Amino acid sequence: MLPEPLRERAVALAVEAFDADAITAGKYDRNELTLEIAPGKIVSVCGFLKYDQKFVRLSTVTAVDRYPVEPRFEVVYHLRSLERNERVRLKCRLRGADPVIESVTSVWAGANWYEREVFDLFGIRFLNHPDLRRIMMPDDWEGHPLRKDYPITGQRV
Amino acid sequence: MSELGIPGQVVEAVENEEPATGVRRMVLNMGPQHPSTHGVLRLKLELDGETILKCQPDIGYLHTGIEKEFEVKNYQQAVTLTDRCDYLAPLSNNLGYCLAVEKLLGLEIPPQAQWTRVMLTELTRLNSHLVWLGTHAIDIGAMSVFLYCFREREDILRIFEMFSGQRMMTSYFRIGGLALEPPRGWQQRVKRFVDVFPSRVDEYEDLLTNNRIWIGRTRGVGKLPLEDMLDLGVTGPMLRAAGLKVDARKNEPYSSYDKFDFEVPTRTENDVYARYQVRIEEMRQSARIVKQALEGMPSGPWKADAPHVVLPDREKMKTQMEALIYHFKIVTEGFRVPEGEVFQVIESPRGELGFYVVSDGTAHPYRVHMRVPSFGNLQAVPAMVQGTLIADVIAGIGSTDFVLGDVDR
Repeated sequence: MLPEPLRERAVALAVEAFDADAITAGKYDRNELTLEIAPGKIVSVCGFLKYDQKFVRLSTVTAVDRYPVEPRFEVVYHLRSLERNERVRLKCRLRGADPVIESVTSVWAGANWYEREVFDLFGIRFLNHPDLRRIMMPDDWEGHPLRKDYPITGQRV
Repeated sequence: MSELGIPGQVVEAVENEEPATGVRRMVLNMGPQHPSTHGVLRLKLELDGETILKCQPDIGYLHTGIEKEFEVKNYQQAVTLTDRCDYLAPLSNNLGYCLAVEKLLGLEIPPQAQWTRVMLTELTRLNSHLVWLGTHAIDIGAMSVFLYCFREREDILRIFEMFSGQRMMTSYFRIGGLALEPPRGWQQRVKRFVDVFPSRVDEYEDLLTNNRIWIGRTRGVGKLPLEDMLDLGVTGPMLRAAGLKVDARKNEPYSSYDKFDFEVPTRTENDVYARYQVRIEEMRQSARIVKQALEGMPSGPWKADAPHVVLPDREKMKTQMEALIYHFKIVTEGFRVPEGEVFQVIESPRGELGFYVVSDGTAHPYRVHMRVPSFGNLQAVPAMVQGTLIADVIAGIGSTDFVLGDVDR
């Protein structure tokens, strides 16, 4: 069911028509469209947006930690269509215990490093990712620095 | 290392061809201290002779946790962090961040501040492109261009110093306007610079554009199909050198860029030489914008009329109790930003720079993510250099124009 303010946005309607269960919530705020997608459907929705709706570029993938609120993590995708000169933000909410989501590298090869960064700094795993290793921190690092329960200062003992 | 290559020669990809014996395969670490990697980048190259079979960038050596640091600073303090990411284009980063937070706050920025921002951001673009051109040329073997470029860069840094008191980490744009009033006499200084600058670009072009060695080292090198570039997250001059006319200044105008008259240069050859041409032309266009900003600079206030965000004038603080209270509140607590999230994109010298700022209604950003152009551009390097010669790596990564501080954050 599409929330009322999204009924005027063509992209939201198209995704709704493509898969009625995909959008769980959304908003249009400060001229920016946010669609919350059911985590299990992210790859098919991204594929639809890229090939059918001309969102050829994946601008970035990142995450937000809402600790201690559950579902704790938001994985955020920013898509860009050059043809339509539009942007859309997709958001998937994941629970804090063992956060896992399907990788979108099969849709955009460039998601590779962005997802590695989210894996490294938030500890969210991406299934079917070709090379899921840490990218910023050393390989033997413990913890995920951008989580809210990771201290900002201090020393390892 | 760059002397070893045969200029301009591109060897066909050998990806599917296993070498007859495993003996010839060699792994070479380029960096993290290699001078041509511009910062601390390690490229793990698998070689067959001089041909690159596989290239694996290893980044993170400059990771300083800036995105984490944002969360403990208040909004205004965090401006200083943005300078330190892309240290060759600090004012572009300032602008992107300030615009994002201003969008959250719903602030209206007065015209003079907007135009000053445009002018200084374009000077930043020149600054960044000059460093790129100088170092790119020096990597390929043209020493003198570097000295010419740094001569003009010095002028630009002096202008920055005049405005902000700092040469590099200026933090001159603040949420709500500028940090300080534009200094007396800046017009003459900037005018003197933009009047001569186009002739200086001619000088660089005299040195390089028809230079046989330069052409031999750059033409036909570092090609990458446009679809792959879009797929891998490449933005900026690299896309424009592949014939795609994308520029956030035109497509999603911000800070009154729509009031300026300039072209977005494109080329179709999609090689290192084309990227050189695009950036050279961008320098000319930026100089045009600076000139327009100089001539049409509107008068009026240089900071927004928002006492809860912008620090009051010193004079007012001495006479008005309210101003003093606002000053105290802003300095000690910072200002609260309404709940919400924005993704503000600007065109940095390297490409699409986006700030994703999430606010939870307090005085500190809940989360700031920087979509930096260097990160996406660097990701395309393996696809660009695999199957070419080792000397072409130098030309290729030079044309990508990444800054490792920006990549690692």
